[in-house]
Amino acid sequence: MKLTDDITLRVAKLSGIRLTEPETAAMTRDLGAIVGYFDILNELDTAGVEPRAHILPLVNRWREDVVTPSSDRDELIANAPARRDGYVAAPKTFEGGGSS
Amino acid sequence: MPLYETVVGLEIHVELATASKVFCGCSTAFGGGQNTRACPVCMGLPGALPALNRQAVEYAVRAGLALNCSITKNAVFDRKHYFYPDLPKAFQISQLYLPLCVDGWVEVSGKRIRIREIHMEEDAGKLSHDPWTDVSLVDFNRCGAPLIEIVTQPDIRSAEEAVEAVRKIRAALSMLGVSDCKMQEGSLRVDVNLSVRPMGSDELGTRAEMKNINSLRSIGRAVTAETARQIEQIELGKPIIQQTRRWDDSKGASSAMRSKEDALDYRYFPEPDLAPLSLSDEWIAERRAALPELPEQKRKRYPVEFGLSAYDTDILVSEKALCELFERTAALCGRPKDAANWIMGEVLAALKDRGEPPDQLRLPPEALARIITLQSDGVVNRNGARRALTAVMSGEAEDVDGYVTANQLAMVGDESALAGIVRQVMESDADSVAAYRAGKEKAFGRLMGQAMKALRGKGDPGRLKELLTEALGEG
Repeated sequence: MKLTDDITLRVAKLSGIRLTEPETAAMTRDLGAIVGYFDILNELDTAGVEPRAHILPLVNRWREDVVTPSSDRDELIANAPARRDGYVAAPKTFEGGGSS
Repeated sequence: MPLYETVVGLEIHVELATASKVFCGCSTAFGGGQNTRACPVCMGLPGALPALNRQAVEYAVRAGLALNCSITKNAVFDRKHYFYPDLPKAFQISQLYLPLCVDGWVEVSGKRIRIREIHMEEDAGKLSHDPWTDVSLVDFNRCGAPLIEIVTQPDIRSAEEAVEAVRKIRAALSMLGVSDCKMQEGSLRVDVNLSVRPMGSDELGTRAEMKNINSLRSIGRAVTAETARQIEQIELGKPIIQQTRRWDDSKGASSAMRSKEDALDYRYFPEPDLAPLSLSDEWIAERRAALPELPEQKRKRYPVEFGLSAYDTDILVSEKALCELFERTAALCGRPKDAANWIMGEVLAALKDRGEPPDQLRLPPEALARIITLQSDGVVNRNGARRALTAVMSGEAEDVDGYVTANQLAMVGDESALAGIVRQVMESDADSVAAYRAGKEKAFGRLMGQAMKALRGKGDPGRLKELLTEALGEG
């Protein structure tokens, strides 16, 4: 797959990132190199390899349903760019964004 | 015959009743000061890693089995990306490619509504929009709470079927104890996908998705209103736009939230921080064997075993608290029909008076059984029994017998006492006695009323009537 500036800009929009023209060009080059690497991987013959969803041979790594103490609030949100009354303050979002 | 057919599919989000969140140990308890039930995992801080809650998987599997699904033995979690302040990681851990439960169904008025899948995911945080400034405030307490999303096929054809499907699913989940299923508090949330098409067509029309529906009643209203809106658009020759709409229950109408142009590309991929599941046949069989009796089974059993009507059965099995109370009360007092009548009548009426939902019912089956027994043995009359019930439900009384004694609710069953009152009333109101004997039947009611008053409502009216009739006849 050839990565274009259009794709870069679309991904940037979905990620909420604003890119200048030089940044877009640089990003298209870097992302293109990563996507290009998958083209190399795609050349491998994987006919005899079982499909898998995880690279490690692990399954059912779960914990028991036990409540543990939450973080100290002030410490937890200390790095947020803006805070108010113990909330994280975000730029106003229109109602109905978000997902499912 | 109508010209159009409504086609509805549902997406039902259900918050699971675990103590801790799905990927961290923070509490899932409702409320709490903002951001006091959150940690680096909830906040998506760099380096924080999710650890799957086993109980959430158990609950989701239980829901799947109860709704006739196949369990995916090697289910996997995926990242669903979108950018929004209530989701600090900028992705939600969900399931797309290998959801935990697939291909189930729920029976609605003799018809099967197919369930495409039930997948596990995490809830997002909560935003409050400050009307005075350009700021949204984010509380992450709910972020990471365990959810299942139940997705039906577009098999529903009317508002009634949509409401019934949700009612059936809710009854099953609440019986399983996997969720408290409170629509008002948002622990069960229903999105309605709806399109219309000409009657007889096999093709699906363009659909709209409605969100923010928070009661059973508003599901029906939303389906009816959206059907009418889409038919009107078609009749006016306007296209139906694929969009998400927000239901406003007070207006009884929905409005557009976002359309397909803003549709999100979620860029799903397998969550590398969580290992896949591997559930054996034995593991699944054990869970299947441990399922409690489900509403559908109770629905078949009650009329046969207890002689209850389909209507009574339906109301009882729709609420876990009611059918538990019914079954235990019936077993304790041996009078299932009386137990059903009391619950359907007095208990539900008392709950309604108190403005409480059935799951807040505070009525030990032992107390209700005792009340029923006292009434059927003729120790208390209906009024006395009702007073005892109210006292127990309000917490005023714990011991039924103690309350009956303390408030002198026991009926005067003593023949001589009743006869004495009859005599006394006849003496004090000789006019009515004379009038009755002269053929004025109305006078009997007056005498009876005075006798009941003298007994302060505690006399057996049947026996009293007999004694009065007898005494008047003797004169």
